[in-house]
Parts: sequence; structure tokens; C-alpha cells
Amino acid sequence: MKYLGIEPVRLKIAVFDFTGCEGCELQLANKEETVADFLKALDVINFREISSVRGNDYDIAFIEGAVTRGDEITRLIQIRKQAKLLVALGSCACFGGVNKLKNVLDLNKVNREVYGKDPKETLPVRSVKEIVPVDLEIPGCPVNKDEVERIVQHLIWDIPFQFPVYPVCFECKQRYTTCIFERGQLCLGPITRGGCNAPCPAGGLGCYGCRGLAADPNYDEFFTIARERGYKKKELDEHLNFFGGLEGVR
Amino acid sequence: MKLDLNVDVHHLTRVEGHGNIVVQVKDGKLQEARWDVVETPRYFEAMLKGKHYTSAGLLTARICGICSFGHCLASLRATENAFGIFIPERAAWLRLLAKHGETLQSHCLHLFFLAAPDFLSVTSVIPLLESHPEVVALALRLKGLANRLCELTGGRATHPVSLQVGGVAAMPEGLGGLRDELERSLDDLATAAELFHTFEIPDFVRETEFVSLKGENEYPFIGGRLISSDGVEHAEHEYLQMTNEYVDKNNTSKWCKLSRESFAVGALARFNNNHRLLHPQALEIASSLGLTPVCHNPFMNNIAQLVECVHVVHDSVRLIDKLLESDSGPTMVPVTPRVGEGVGAVEVPRGILYHYYKYDEKGRITKADCVIPTTQNNANIHHDMHALVEQFAVQGMTNEKLELLCSMLVRAYDPCISCSVH
Repeated sequence: MKYLGIEPVRLKIAVFDFTGCEGCELQLANKEETVADFLKALDVINFREISSVRGNDYDIAFIEGAVTRGDEITRLIQIRKQAKLLVALGSCACFGGVNKLKNVLDLNKVNREVYGKDPKETLPVRSVKEIVPVDLEIPGCPVNKDEVERIVQHLIWDIPFQFPVYPVCFECKQRYTTCIFERGQLCLGPITRGGCNAPCPAGGLGCYGCRGLAADPNYDEFFTIARERGYKKKELDEHLNFFGGLEGVR
Repeated sequence: MKLDLNVDVHHLTRVEGHGNIVVQVKDGKLQEARWDVVETPRYFEAMLKGKHYTSAGLLTARICGICSFGHCLASLRATENAFGIFIPERAAWLRLLAKHGETLQSHCLHLFFLAAPDFLSVTSVIPLLESHPEVVALALRLKGLANRLCELTGGRATHPVSLQVGGVAAMPEGLGGLRDELERSLDDLATAAELFHTFEIPDFVRETEFVSLKGENEYPFIGGRLISSDGVEHAEHEYLQMTNEYVDKNNTSKWCKLSRESFAVGALARFNNNHRLLHPQALEIASSLGLTPVCHNPFMNNIAQLVECVHVVHDSVRLIDKLLESDSGPTMVPVTPRVGEGVGAVEVPRGILYHYYKYDEKGRITKADCVIPTTQNNANIHHDMHALVEQFAVQGMTNEKLELLCSMLVRAYDPCISCSVH
């Protein structure tokens, strides 16, 4: 596929799944109107979920999921050695995702509850960057395929990609979505990084912050609004902790 | 032909999640044939404890990226049953429409992206972009339509946002246009049936028990009584008597049994138990593809999925007509939490899924249990593999052929392994 007469580089990519729901990988096969061109633009060296080809000479590794077991650490270190560029794909890879909710539990006790006398190996959940250096993080639960597509185009043409600096609120205004606070729900849209096109508020659900923090958010104003509307610390914490991307924000 | 065979598949490809196949045949005698799930365990039931009812559906959707709508719907139903809530009729139609969108999406993904490459002797859908562009285009049209149906009804294609406790939070716009597209897609499904007619389905039969929801007036998807083909029947809240989970030492997924050593759930089980309630055109396509009840060939689950695609497209058109004809009214009811417990049983693409929650007076979960279709199928896959190897391998075969056959068997169940270790 040439663009303006120039043959683009075909990126040698691999996609690997760790602990997660594999929904972000699924997004790579979604957006059907362009997925054929998307796949043709790439040289898919290793992508277990959709292909039986298992090559090791990839340049770019997309990592989906969080790390929760010893063998995953070994696997991730091996992938890091091979990959020239390592991309964390989705909130689980970027922040640990909903998996991280288990870190506050007593894992031995939980293991006994679920598996009885045959407990299975499990570690506290960690994001990819807690194990190996990450070159690029694409957050979202799931990732937004439009954004992934744009990022891949930037990689093909070797142009740096900039994530939006504005929060989700901005995109609600663009879509004429009635503010979720006005509908009587808590919403993290004011402090969460935009770029998702705000599908949750449009569908009647307050933002849970799956894309992590917006650049330079106005925390004071956000917490003031939330408190004025009667949201207690516990409720706020539950929202802030849900995807692991807003930890430490208080 | 070789009578010593070894198959050792580490992390089987073209399935959701991580599982291994190990087969050993010596002097034509089966030594070992195993299907082991090695996916990292996730502990969702423990994470659900203490959660508010408003976040249970959101959290459990994340058990699976492919059947997130099914998990969300089972979760909502469990909560609504616990609180004694009845959702408006229009909300129920919208939820079923969303369910149909997911069934079509998941079945098309499995049939064309995961299963078809084996029958067309390629490694994935990618070479088909060059060799069979018309097949890929057809698959993408169907899958795209299914995803748009999910986006309209659930707010987006994966991890729905507008399906909430009490009903559906946003009424979709543009259903009329989708209705016409659904009608047109029936031609694509007929072409797909012709394609699948050319596929050589392995000739293998092992009698087993089939478990599904029991259809009364409609082919069942959301809620109702539970039945098995061996004559077991229970109410929805008695689901534990259908599942009987136990821990296997080689597996991070649990196993299940009922009247026999294993049972099967999924499209083939639903077809076997409820075929009389399918749309006539779906039944016609079933019989043209050699699928007749009761079918005990697990490879025919592929065909049963295609048959269900035809059914859900027809039923979606019916639901859209009802929604467009009905007066606009609320799609949500007010929710008041109360102490109680509830079960939600939903037929998701890979079989029957159960969620159970117990709530305190503040609407927080004190106990949770989820039983996943692939968990219920894992023992059946394992026993099938045993029988498959005994039937085929002892006749003499190459390692490569046996590996392909065993892989195709597992893929026919369309396992959702990360689900099964929730």
C-alpha cells in the first residue's frame, strides 16, 4: 500500500497476552471498515489469539494484561530483550487494571476460598512498567481502536504521537452529552485523560478513569464539586481505585 | 503409519486464553491425552466482595473481553433478582437485542477468524486477505454489523456502559437503519453456510450430556429454568445442582459434572435442547449442513454457531420492530437495594453462564459466585480428546495431523479460557 507514491515501512509486530480479559486484543480485530488495511499494513510475526504463526523476529511488542505470576515475569523479560519498542496496550498493562483490586486482599486466604486444598500460584498484581521499561502506554478499558490505529500510523511514518492533554469532559461537550453529575452520578471525567470520545457518559455511566490522569488536572475543583454534591470519601475512592490508573490521587 | 505419537502444544493458538494439549501414544496405545488450562487465576469473586451493586456489572464485564455483554447481563439479572426488581418490557427487549449483537459478534469472530483457517489450511485469517478476500469481506460485514448492534444497545462494542441495574440507561437511536442492514445480512449468512458446507468436519462422536436454559416459548438466552439432555431440570436459583464444580490438580480452571463424568454447554447444547424454538430458516440451514438433533459430534458446534447467527439476526429484526412500534416509555426503574440473594443465568456465546450474589442492606455484595461456560466444558473437552485420540491415532497418523485434529477439537468449543479462571 503506497501513500503518495511512497511505500511505507511494514512494522514487524507481535501481540502478547498476560493476565486480563483479552478485550484489548479483540479491539485490534474490530473497526471492521479498516481492519483489513490495518492488518495488511503490518507484518504480524506473533499474535496467538488470532494466528498460529509463532515467529520471534518482531520489532514491536504489544503487551496486553497485567503481571500476576512468576512465569509471566520470565516471559515479559524475554519479550523485552527482543522488542525494539515495547507498548503497553490497555489499562491492565498500563496500570494493572481492575485486577489490582485483588491486591488489598489476603491472597493466601482468597486462594483457599477459591481452590480449597489445591491453591494456585498467584502474585500481587503489577503493571508492565513495574517489571520492564515500557516505551509507550496506550490506556483504556478497552483501548480505543481509532487511537491505536492513529498510533500505528505514527509508528509507520516515524512521527511522535501526542495523547490529548484535555480531560474526558471536553469530549462530552463536543458530543452534547448531558453532564453525568447533572444526572445524579459521580463522574471522573474532569480529571481523566480524554481521547476515548467519552462513550461512557454518552451511554449514561459516569467515568471511572480507565485512561488515567489528564495532564494538569484541577483536583481541588473536582473534589470540591464532588463533595458539594454529597459524594463521600468511600465512593470517591472506589471510583479512583477501579482501574488502578488514578492511584495516589486524593 | 506411525504408531508412536507425541503432541505437546504449549499455549494453543487461535483460542481466547492459555491452554496446553499433551498427547502420547505408544505402539498404537493411548498413554495420555490431556487438555490443561494454565491461565493465570484472577479471583473476581473475591474482588466482588464489598462492592456496591452499581459497579458489579462493570467489574464482571471485565472477566471477558469477548463476552463482556453476557457477563454484564448475568450480573444485572442476579442483582435484580436479589432486590426483587422487574425491568420494563422495552428494557428487556433492548437487553436481548444487545445479547444478540454479542452472539453474532462472538460467533463470527470464532467461525471466520479462529475456526475457518483450519478448514482452509492456513495459519490465520491474514493469508485469507489475499487468497479469499470475499470471505474476509463477508466476515467483516457480519462482525461489523454485530458490533454496531452492541454499540447502539450497550453504548460500545466491548464492556457495555448503558446496561445498568434497573434497565437500560440510554435509548438507542438509528435502530431503523440497522434493521434493514440485518435483513440484508441474511444473504451473507446464506453464503457463509455454502462455504461451511465445503468444510470437512471430522467424523467423530462421543455421547455426552448437554446443559442449557430451557426454552418455553422462545429460543432461550436470558433467564429461565435449567435443563440437561439426560433429564435433569432445576430452577435458575438451583444452578449449583447443575454445575458441581471441583478442582483438578493440572488446571487453574475448575471442572464440572452432572449425570456423567462431564457435560457440554454452548451452541450445540442449546441446539440439541431447544432446536424446536429456532427460526425456520435457521433450522433449514441446520439440516442443509447435516446438523440434526441430538448431535454428539463436538466439531458440529461450529455449525450450531452458524445456525444461531441466522436465528439471532431474524430475532433482532423482530425485536427492533417491537421497539419501534411500542410507545416510548421509561427503560429504567428506580432501584432500592435490600438484603437478599439472586442468581442470573444467561446463555452467552460459549454456553450457559451463572452469576450469584448475596447483598447486605446497603446494596453491597457479601458473597459472589460465577460459573463460566468454558469451566463447564473443560472436563468434556478433556474426555473428548481421550476418545478422539483413541479413535484416530491408533489407526496410525502423523504427529502434525494429530496435533491439528486435537487443536481443532478444542477450538470447536470456542473456549474462553481467561473467563474460566476468573
